[in-house]
Amino acid sequence: MKQMIKFILNGEPVELEIEPHLTLLQLLRDKLELTGTKEGCGMGECGACTVLLDGRTVNSCIFPALEVEGKKVMTIEGLTDAQGNLHPIQKAFVEYGAIQCGFCTPGMVLSAKALLDESPKPTEEEIRHGIAGNLCRCTGYLQIIQAIKAVSEQ
Amino acid sequence: MQDFINIGKRIPKMDAEEKVTGKAIYIHDLKIPGMLYGKILYSPHPHARILNIDTTKAETLPGVKAVLTGYNIPTIKFGFYKDNVPLKANKVCSFRDEVAAVAATDPDIAQEALELIKVEYEILPAVFDPEEAMMAGAPLIHEEHVGGKEKKPTNILNLPWRLVSGDVEEARKTSAFVAEDRFKVTWVTHCCLGTSGCVAQFDLKNNLTVYSITQIPSLAQRDYTDALAAMGLQGKKARVIKTMIGGGFGSKLDTYAFEYIAILLAHRTRKPVKIVFSREEEFFATSPRQPAVIDISQGCTKDGRLTFRDIRMILDNGAYTSWGATTPSVMMMPISSLYKVPNVRYVAKCIYTNNTYSQAMRGYGNPQATFAIDSQIDILAEMAGIDPLDFRMRNANTPGEVTPQNFKINTCGLRECIDAVAQKLDWRQNRGRRDGKGLGMASMIHVGGGARVYKSDGCGTIIKIDDFGTVNVITGATDMGQGAETVIAQIVAEALGVRVEDVVVTHTDTDICPWDVGAHASRTTFVAGNSALGAAKKIKHILLEVAAQSMGESPESLDIRDRVIFSKKDPEKKTPLGKALRAAHYTSGGKMIMAEHFYDPANENLDREFKGNLSVTYAYGTHGVEVEVDKETGQVKILKYVAAHDVGRAINPMLLEGQVYGGATMGIGYALTERLILKDGKVMNPNFLDYKMLTSKDVPNIEPLVIETNDQFGPFGAKGIGEPGSVPTAPAIANAIYDAVGVRIRDLPITPEKVLAALQEKKK
Repeated sequence: MKQMIKFILNGEPVELEIEPHLTLLQLLRDKLELTGTKEGCGMGECGACTVLLDGRTVNSCIFPALEVEGKKVMTIEGLTDAQGNLHPIQKAFVEYGAIQCGFCTPGMVLSAKALLDESPKPTEEEIRHGIAGNLCRCTGYLQIIQAIKAVSEQ
Repeated sequence: MQDFINIGKRIPKMDAEEKVTGKAIYIHDLKIPGMLYGKILYSPHPHARILNIDTTKAETLPGVKAVLTGYNIPTIKFGFYKDNVPLKANKVCSFRDEVAAVAATDPDIAQEALELIKVEYEILPAVFDPEEAMMAGAPLIHEEHVGGKEKKPTNILNLPWRLVSGDVEEARKTSAFVAEDRFKVTWVTHCCLGTSGCVAQFDLKNNLTVYSITQIPSLAQRDYTDALAAMGLQGKKARVIKTMIGGGFGSKLDTYAFEYIAILLAHRTRKPVKIVFSREEEFFATSPRQPAVIDISQGCTKDGRLTFRDIRMILDNGAYTSWGATTPSVMMMPISSLYKVPNVRYVAKCIYTNNTYSQAMRGYGNPQATFAIDSQIDILAEMAGIDPLDFRMRNANTPGEVTPQNFKINTCGLRECIDAVAQKLDWRQNRGRRDGKGLGMASMIHVGGGARVYKSDGCGTIIKIDDFGTVNVITGATDMGQGAETVIAQIVAEALGVRVEDVVVTHTDTDICPWDVGAHASRTTFVAGNSALGAAKKIKHILLEVAAQSMGESPESLDIRDRVIFSKKDPEKKTPLGKALRAAHYTSGGKMIMAEHFYDPANENLDREFKGNLSVTYAYGTHGVEVEVDKETGQVKILKYVAAHDVGRAINPMLLEGQVYGGATMGIGYALTERLILKDGKVMNPNFLDYKMLTSKDVPNIEPLVIETNDQFGPFGAKGIGEPGSVPTAPAIANAIYDAVGVRIRDLPITPEKVLAALQEKKK
């Protein structure tokens, strides 16, 4: 039995019928074709699938899609502005070499956004804590930390 | 210092914007109309005979389009030793053995179908310890595999790795000090954030396209072509198209069962078939770094000059053979050529067991060998009563040296690296306190100018320039995130007198791109860079010839800078590049501006004695670390980490630092936290909670120290830097722990339990 859900996705209202067992990640990737959100583990351990739910990070791979009813979801596709300009966090990631293979990047950027929204001037310790749920194998995190620090100093 | 426009600049990766906006297409994101989803059934036993497979229920499940087993497919042999097949018939030899595969309209249906396949097994005795597997009467992994003079069945592979130079026994007798130790290293795995996968598709004429994340497109194309022949499709074409690659680190240097299974399913169903691994599969069904037992002895004179190095190694090959079995060929490099050591002997054996089989992983054997060598250098230095810094300096390699393996050392910044690390750590002041804090260092050598491990070490480049000055560079190179396309664009832009933003790099399609041996051996900047540089020089020559006519000058008197062709004698005499290009195109008998170049470095295959100048130049480096060891818990905390590397020249310092940060972080994981735990052949920690790669909270602040030696053979002087950052990390940390609390850990990873046990042992 499919169920109806309504929520706000990247600023636009969405209304559709889904199978109740779907995860938020499956809803985004398979039903809505927003493939910017990545599946790295499917077990809530790597953070590649991070999206913002009412401004807070969730691992969409283990989050039931039905529970976004009435809430605001932001994915990486919603971070650039209407003209396609990069968000300052995205710009900093590009400029500081915070991206190599890029698979962790969308989730990492959204974790950085949640962190900076809550705490615009984080210490290095707070930055490290803020992205601790997002694994990256390429960069050793240091250029990511530099990028987030740079945004906070703007 | 030359005045470069593009070289030495911190230019962002060309694909960074695509990646940071989520627009980049990885294999997981690829959908083709009509595409089916493939899933694989693995063995539940490490060693068993297959008595019967019943697929009837799975075949009748709605949505299932094909069920394959080892009994209804043609024989495709693959792997370095050709001892593996996509689906196993008769028997299984490890938990990752593929027994059956399904293609269905939906991944959930494919999964359900797997559960409907009934396989009957007869369990066989298994062996998981390579030393036990060598003994008479041990279970045979492959009964048909024979070796030795009598051609008897054996688990010992016919790969007699043996390097001898000088007289080790004589040197041992005359040495003032001799250290003997056994070191052990275990499995660690790549942990690419994007799991493995591919999509295979046939056209109406049975030509194959594989959408792939390989690091070796040209060699994979060959493997697939061989598979087509084995399938009775001789003469059919294979094309490899790379999507964005979610991490490589050596994991994609071979072709695997899942790729052949996708090909077989696609051929059977006449539909595109996608197979993407779950994280659990990624942990247990991909090939980790080669484990080894290392018996090593080294000697020195009274004044601390190395006299010999003698190493015997046993490598757990697992049940099948990929490039992991050839890592001894690279281990020979540090064994023969890290520090000056006149007498060298190295013997290694690869042994079949019922464990998982190994592959290349960042450093290709070098981290394992260097852990043993440079840990023992500290042990030997202490025996000789010499500061390990002085000991290393005394034995450091130097430019112009020919090593016992016949490596011709060209540029060599090892002394500078050791010195830079010592200064940063304030070595003389801070070492030898034994107060829970300690310093350690270790060095490395790696190929920095390609590595002739295959018949060709080459890479091709095609460049064309359009009417508007856009420079299309079509390269054989592979970018898996390290930044190859950006570095190649910088090299071409600099040589051609244009800007990086004028350059478009195409590197994803074997139907378009020239041949390349692959993204391995830290060779891409050097080999693909030199190839691109050669093509850029040729096309520049063509351009100047064309412009010379219209400008009334000789080509030699012209140059290009910042998109303008100008006379060197009279810089006011100039023409924009685009104008010259259009003039060439639209004149009668017009001309398109194109050039190609194939660069194959002047390095040598190792000969029968495993000697030869493997690389045109070598990359040296030294890591230094300050640790604090908690004597109550055995916890090791890294307080300071410096990584000095002789990189020839930093084409892009930002991307280079990224390689050092990433490599060293992976190395710290290898040293302290990472371990794929196998119990009787089964991976016990196939997830990120239990496999401990470093998080943002664990990684220390690493300080890269870039030493530029400007190598005469490198593109603008550059050497490779992809792997070096992960090579000397473990011994540097082990040495620092010893300096801090006086315990020597000889097996990786150095967990708190091991440190604590060693501290308690020391108290006794």
